[in-house]
Amino acid sequence: MKTFLTTLCLLALPALPAAETAAPLAIFGETLHTLAGPAIKDGLVLVRDGRVTYAGPAAGRAVPADHRVLRAKVVTPGLIDARATAGLSGILNQPQDQDMLDRSAPLQPELRAIDAYNARDPLVAWVRSFGITTLNTGHAPGSLVSGQTMIVRTAGHSVEEDVINPAAMIAVSLGGSAVNRAEGPPGGAAKSPGTRAKAVAMLRAELIKAQEYARKREAKDETKRPARDLRLETLARGLDGSQRFLVTAHRQQDILAALRLAREFNLRIVLDGCADAPLVLEEIKASGFPVILHPTMARASEDTENLAMDTAARLAATGIPFTFQSGYEGYVPKTRVILFEAALAAARGLGFERALAAITLDAARILGIDARTGSLADGKDADLALFEGDPFEYTTHVTTTVVAGRVFADGPR
Amino acid sequence: MPPRLLAALVAALLAAGAAAAQEKPLAFTGARIIPIAGQPVDNGILVVQGGRILAVGAAASTAIPAGAEVRDARGKVIMPGLVDSHSHIGGASGADGASPVQPDVRVLDAIDVRHASIQKAQAGGITTVNVMPGSGHLISGQTLYLKLRDGRVIDDLLIRLSDGSTAGGLKMANGTNSIRTPGGPFPGSRAKSAALVREQFVKAQEYKARRERAGNDPEKLPPRDLALEMLVEVLEGRRIVQHHTHRHDDILTVLRLQKEFGFKVVLHHVSEAAKVAAEIAASGVPASVIILDSPGGKLEARDFALENCAALERAGAEVGLHTDDSVTDSRLFLRSAALAVRAGMTRDAALRAVTIANARMLGLETRVGTLEPGKDADFILLSGDPLSVYTEVEQTWVDGVKVFDLANPADRLYARGGPGAGDSRRAVLCCFGSAWDIIAAANGGAGQ
Repeated sequence: MKTFLTTLCLLALPALPAAETAAPLAIFGETLHTLAGPAIKDGLVLVRDGRVTYAGPAAGRAVPADHRVLRAKVVTPGLIDARATAGLSGILNQPQDQDMLDRSAPLQPELRAIDAYNARDPLVAWVRSFGITTLNTGHAPGSLVSGQTMIVRTAGHSVEEDVINPAAMIAVSLGGSAVNRAEGPPGGAAKSPGTRAKAVAMLRAELIKAQEYARKREAKDETKRPARDLRLETLARGLDGSQRFLVTAHRQQDILAALRLAREFNLRIVLDGCADAPLVLEEIKASGFPVILHPTMARASEDTENLAMDTAARLAATGIPFTFQSGYEGYVPKTRVILFEAALAAARGLGFERALAAITLDAARILGIDARTGSLADGKDADLALFEGDPFEYTTHVTTTVVAGRVFADGPR
Repeated sequence: MPPRLLAALVAALLAAGAAAAQEKPLAFTGARIIPIAGQPVDNGILVVQGGRILAVGAAASTAIPAGAEVRDARGKVIMPGLVDSHSHIGGASGADGASPVQPDVRVLDAIDVRHASIQKAQAGGITTVNVMPGSGHLISGQTLYLKLRDGRVIDDLLIRLSDGSTAGGLKMANGTNSIRTPGGPFPGSRAKSAALVREQFVKAQEYKARRERAGNDPEKLPPRDLALEMLVEVLEGRRIVQHHTHRHDDILTVLRLQKEFGFKVVLHHVSEAAKVAAEIAASGVPASVIILDSPGGKLEARDFALENCAALERAGAEVGLHTDDSVTDSRLFLRSAALAVRAGMTRDAALRAVTIANARMLGLETRVGTLEPGKDADFILLSGDPLSVYTEVEQTWVDGVKVFDLANPADRLYARGGPGAGDSRRAVLCCFGSAWDIIAAANGGAGQ
C-alpha cells in the first residue's frame, strides 16, 4: 500500500502546474508590444507581487537586484480567449469530462461555470502554453440558454484562486439544428424549441416572466414577494444590465433576431460566432454591440457554412469592436488556440497590429477587464506572453507565459 | 435549334468541359523554385508542356524552348503540387454498418466530383489526394487516389495505372473507432479486432492459392468474391493498405500483421508515434501523421504530440502528413508542415512530407511529388515561403492546367470562404457567356 501511495504521489506530481514562485521579474523584449502605446524597441517590463510596476524603454532603467531576468525577442500582453469551454470541456471527450452543455432543459441560465470548471484539465495548460493567460469560459452553444460563463486566469490552481469574474455572461444560442431539436425528457414538459421562431418566442416569454419576477421581488410587503427562483433571478440580472447576454448567432437572420431581442428588452449583448456578419455589417455596427468572432479556421457547415477567413478584416474595416474565440467543437481539436486563429486572420487582411490588439486589449475591453489586463502598464496584472519572433508565424515558439506574475514554462511550444 | 447553332453550343460546352494542357511550352521565370528533388534555386525556371514537366532549374542553366509562352513569376515560390495521403473530400461515404470487413466497398461509387471541398483542396495547393472511407471498420473499403483536375465526372480525376486499373488503396483501422458493443459482427476488443483481420487475410491467402492452382481452368476457379479479390491485390503488393491507428500498441499491431502477411502498408494518424518511433523506423513502414491544434478528443489520442513528426524523422522513418479533411482544412495543408517544423522537424523533411513522401506512400512517386523533367506538371505558385502564415497559394496547376487562381473571384471565394463557398461547383458557369457569344455570332450577331 505504501508503494502504491508513493507511486500515486509520483504520478500526481507532473499534473501540478509548472509555475514557479512569483519572484519579482524583469522581462526584456527586443520588441515590446505594450498595447498602451506604440511598439517599443528594447523594452522592459518590471513585475512585483503579480503586478506590472514598469513597462517602457529599457534604456536608463535600473533593474533591482532581486528581480529574476527573462529575455525574449517579442513580448506582448497575455492573450485573452474571449469565448471558450476549456475547463468545462476536457481533453478526453468522455462523458465524465464534458460539462459544457446540459440538455435536460432548454433554458438553464442558473448553471454557473464556476461550479464545473476544472482548473487542472490539460486543455487549460495547453492553451496557456501558447501565451493565453485569460479565458472567458463556460457553457457552450447548443441549447437556447445553456448557462453562464466566467472569466478566469489560466494559472491552473483552483477556480477560487484563478477566477476574475465568476458570473460574466449568460450564454444564449439562436438558430441551427443543435438548438432547435424539439427534444425533451420522456413525458417531461421541458422541451427544446423545434424552429427558430419558436426559440425566440420561448426566450421572449421567459424574459417577460423574469421582468415580472423582478418587479414583484421589489414589493414593499415581503410576504407578497415571490419565492426566489434562480433561473429568473439570473435572467433578471441580464435584464437590469448587471450581466450581459452572450448570444451565439451565425446565420444573418439569427444575428438580426438577437439585435431585435436586445432592442425589445433593452439588453446589453455580445454577439458570438457571427459567420454571416459580412451580410449584416451595418446592422451590427449600428447596434454598437461587440462581436466575439468564430475561429478563423472553424469548419464551414450548416449554420457556419458562409464563414470566411477574412471576416475579421471586414469587421475591422467597418469599425465593429471584435475579438476571437476558441469556441466549442464536439470533435477535434478539443480546443482551438486563439493565437493561431488571430494569426491566420492577420494574414488574411487584418494585419499584425489589429490582430494582436484583437486578442489582447480589445478582448479585455469586450470582457470588461481592461482595467486590469489586456495591456502592459503600471499597476496592471502581470499577464505576458514571450515569443522568440513574430508571434503569428507558424514556426515561432512561445517561450514563456506569465500569469499574474507567475512564470510558466510549459513550452517552449 | 439550327444545326450550326447546336454545333457551336456543343463546341463551346466541350471546350469548357475538359481544359486540356496546352501543346505550346509554358515557362515560368524568376521564381524561387523548390523542386524537392534537389536544393531550392532562386531565379529558377520551370517549363511545362503537354501536361508534363519539360525542364526545371536555375535560370543560368535552363533553356526556354523557342516559341514558349513565358510568364514572369518573380517574387513567387514554385514547388510541386501538394500530395495529401489521407482526406475525406468529395462528400464520399464508405462502408455501412453491416460488417466490420467490407473491402469490396469503393469510394469511387460515392464521391461527388463537384463538391466544394474539392475546390477548397485545389485552393490549398493539393493536386493529388488519397480519398478514404471512414475508420469505423476494420476494413472499410477501397480508397481512391485522385488528381484534382477540374472534372465533370469522377473519371476525369482518376489516375490510371499502367495495367489500366484505377489507382487506390485499401482503408483499414484499428483501435476504438472500429470497436463496437459486443454481440454483433463488430469486434468488442483490440485482440478480437486483430483476430478478425487475420482470419480475413488467411482466407485471402487460401483464395489466392486456389486461384493459382486453378490456373486458367474456369472449371477449377473458385467463385468470384469481390472482398477476397481485393485482399489478394493487397497480398500481391498491387494495392497499399492505408491503416488508421493511434495508440502505440495499436501501431505495433499493424506492424505485426504486416510482418505476418507481407502486405505494403502506411500508418495513418499515429498519435503516439513518438513512443514507438524506433520500432516504426526499423519496420521500414512509412507513417502519415495528422497535426492537430490540441490533443485529445478521444482516449486513444490523449497523448497526441506535435513532436511526432520530429521523433519519427530522428528515428529515420519515412514521414508524411495529411489533412484528414475535414478534420483539418485542405486549404491550410502547408500549415501542418509548418507546425511540424515548429515542433522540431527539419524544413526539408516537412516539405517532403507534403509532397514526395506522400507520393511514395501512394505508389505514385514516379509521376508526382517533385519537380523533375518527365513528371506530371503539377505545381503551385506561392506568394512567399511555404511555411509562413503570411503566404498564400496563388495558383494551382494539375497536368499543366491551371485549376485554381486566387486572382479569379470565383476561385478566391473557395480560398477565403463566404456565402456560396459551400456550394458545389456549377456546370460550366464560366462559359455560358462565351457560349452565348458563339450563338450570337452564329445568328449573325443578332443576339439571343
